[in-house]
Amino acid sequence: MTSSSRRGAPGPTGNGAKDEILRRIRRATTEADAGTPGGAVPRGYHLQGEHSPGSPELIELLRDRLLDYRAAVHRCSPEEVPATVASALADRQARRVVVPAGLDPAWLAGWPGDAVPDRPAAPLTVTDLDGMDGVVTGCAVAIADTGTLVLDASADQGRRVITLVPDYHLVVVRAEQVVQSVPEGLARMDPDRPLTMISGPSATSDIELNRVEGVHGPRTLVVVLVG
Amino acid sequence: MGREPVSTDLGMPRRRVNPEASERGTLRGDLGFPQAARVALANGQLRRNLGHATATIRAKRAAVVAELDDWEALRDAGSALKADVMSRLPELLEQLEANVTARGGVVHWARDADEANAVITSIIQGVGARDGRPVDQVVKVKSMATQETGLNEALAAQGIAAVETDLAELIVQLADDKPSHILVPAIHRNRAEIRQIFLEHMAGVDPGLTDEPRVLAMAARAHLRRTFLSARVAISGANFGVAETGTLAVVESEGNGRMCLTLPDTLITLMGIEKLVPTWRDLEVFLQLLPRSSTGERMNPYTSLWTGVTPGDGPQEFHLVLLDNGRTAALADQVGRSALHCIRCSACLNVCPVYERVGGHAYGSVYPGPIGAVLTPQLAGMHGHPGVGPGAGPGDPVDTLPYASSLCGACFDACPVKIDIPSLLVHLRAQHVDGERARHRLPTAERAAMAAAAWVMATPGRFATAEKGLAAGRLVGRGGRISSLPPPLSAWTSARDLPVPPRETFRQWWSRRPSPAGTPSPFVRGAPSDE
Repeated sequence: MTSSSRRGAPGPTGNGAKDEILRRIRRATTEADAGTPGGAVPRGYHLQGEHSPGSPELIELLRDRLLDYRAAVHRCSPEEVPATVASALADRQARRVVVPAGLDPAWLAGWPGDAVPDRPAAPLTVTDLDGMDGVVTGCAVAIADTGTLVLDASADQGRRVITLVPDYHLVVVRAEQVVQSVPEGLARMDPDRPLTMISGPSATSDIELNRVEGVHGPRTLVVVLVG
Repeated sequence: MGREPVSTDLGMPRRRVNPEASERGTLRGDLGFPQAARVALANGQLRRNLGHATATIRAKRAAVVAELDDWEALRDAGSALKADVMSRLPELLEQLEANVTARGGVVHWARDADEANAVITSIIQGVGARDGRPVDQVVKVKSMATQETGLNEALAAQGIAAVETDLAELIVQLADDKPSHILVPAIHRNRAEIRQIFLEHMAGVDPGLTDEPRVLAMAARAHLRRTFLSARVAISGANFGVAETGTLAVVESEGNGRMCLTLPDTLITLMGIEKLVPTWRDLEVFLQLLPRSSTGERMNPYTSLWTGVTPGDGPQEFHLVLLDNGRTAALADQVGRSALHCIRCSACLNVCPVYERVGGHAYGSVYPGPIGAVLTPQLAGMHGHPGVGPGAGPGDPVDTLPYASSLCGACFDACPVKIDIPSLLVHLRAQHVDGERARHRLPTAERAAMAAAAWVMATPGRFATAEKGLAAGRLVGRGGRISSLPPPLSAWTSARDLPVPPRETFRQWWSRRPSPAGTPSPFVRGAPSDE
């Protein structure tokens, strides 16, 4: 039983509409003598970048792209993650941050503040989240060409809402998660999961088509690149 | 003038709010393009705002497109993918429906705007009835499809307020204005005007608000925050729907989309039936083409992808409404159907010399600019081309849209899915002319003029004789231009100036110039068919 039918949602309406629209399409494509037959899509674009996932060139490219979006970027070795995270949170003067239930506890071991886990059994409310000083997560994959971090709601990333309501988001990216191109990134993404692609802090181009940072999503994005 | 209260008019250009717009629909304006363009061209502020914004975005787009050495290959793939979708829509739509349903979503179909609005209204009312608490407000992500159906007005009539959460849409909504651009509906407003709109219409705004874009963005954040956190129902469009997986995608910048797609318990997505892509992998093409073409960024700040309902994460009730509203009529036109390939990036607007000068309102449709000029007539219907309706008959403003172009071709070059907009415009003009010919039993002035021109141009001698008469045109011109001619020639000069004819034509000059070493003139003396 699907969750929507369990909740008594209105069922599909307009079955007559479906039949008629499909009939119109079939008539239209027959009348127009069916366009190009499907199948032959030329894929002459780059399917892979020139650098292999996790290579130092890609870490540097990702850093450059993120800085261009005005995200803050810190590079460190795996051993330095706790100190780097602690220092970034201290700079922010953060006292309470939300963390997904499956976040590596070592990442926050160097920070004296209060890390509040969002547990599936007892999820935080929106009001709780609105009161947090930030959120710390991992990510699923990072795309260097476009400076994109992908979250897929895995245990170290949590529900979509926890990375949305707090105004400060710190993401830890491991070197092996970094690929170069969009096609490589999509190949690592699982469409069955809720996915959020993040490229810099919240921004808008709606005033005279200039990008300015900071609207509804987290206005500060901090990325710790490990490796 | 000086005695009028300054608080209501600070010398800002006042927007013409048209009370009949909703009656005529969201695709059909009140005035034909030439008349509406004349109004827009008289607005110097509008032209400065548009010139500044489109120049900015053109430079950004050019820079990020130049970064990719496989851009043309991506365009080829995007174009072929969309052609593939159009050739097997029924199969792909049913696949999408099955996958969304399997993941706990509910799929609805709507033949036209009214049906889509009615379906959405009934879903919202159903949520209210279930909760025992009516829903009187919903939050919206910017969506062209809901603009097209006039959803906000339809919901308002049922006592449901639709709050636009995209910054530019909010600006338009607060000012009771109309969108003028596909991507940035408030592109016709500059920062000073936006500040003034916020001061006048945004409850509780800081009176010390400056016109710094960052400050204006913060004001929007504060204004919408509480609304987001308490919203029960959200309405979105979709940039892409993946048939293979049932995944939907919304591409955005501000995070208002994420708010709407994540916080409310019920999500309703309205999607045109042409927005499909066949497979998950196909997103690798469009997620490269779209951000670079639209905002000129390597990637937009946020892209949300979801498949049905995820227990415990985001909306627990999801409805997808699939909309026809004239799309099947466009599909029936083998040439015109490529307008359905559009991914709504708006690059064609930003490069169009006509759009840059007249702005979006002159097109009278929620789809302005070059793509609007080919999409609107096919969706709304015009003379000679059926849409969701048969067209509005003689004097229909939609009939003027295929002519709202100089056919310079910049839109074709910029289009990420290679829609040949100039050829489509010519195709629609031909359909319109054929439609007119069928309606008029007697030749029109245009047809008579064309027939006369054909006779004159048939031999060089007739042409030379006609040229001699041209000099008379110098008498009616002023400042090197002819701005008005008597009927029936006024049909030409009502929308265009003519340069005055030269004192001497090229052929006349050629024939009297000293001929070098016995070269015969190809035009007069040596022309074999001369009389």
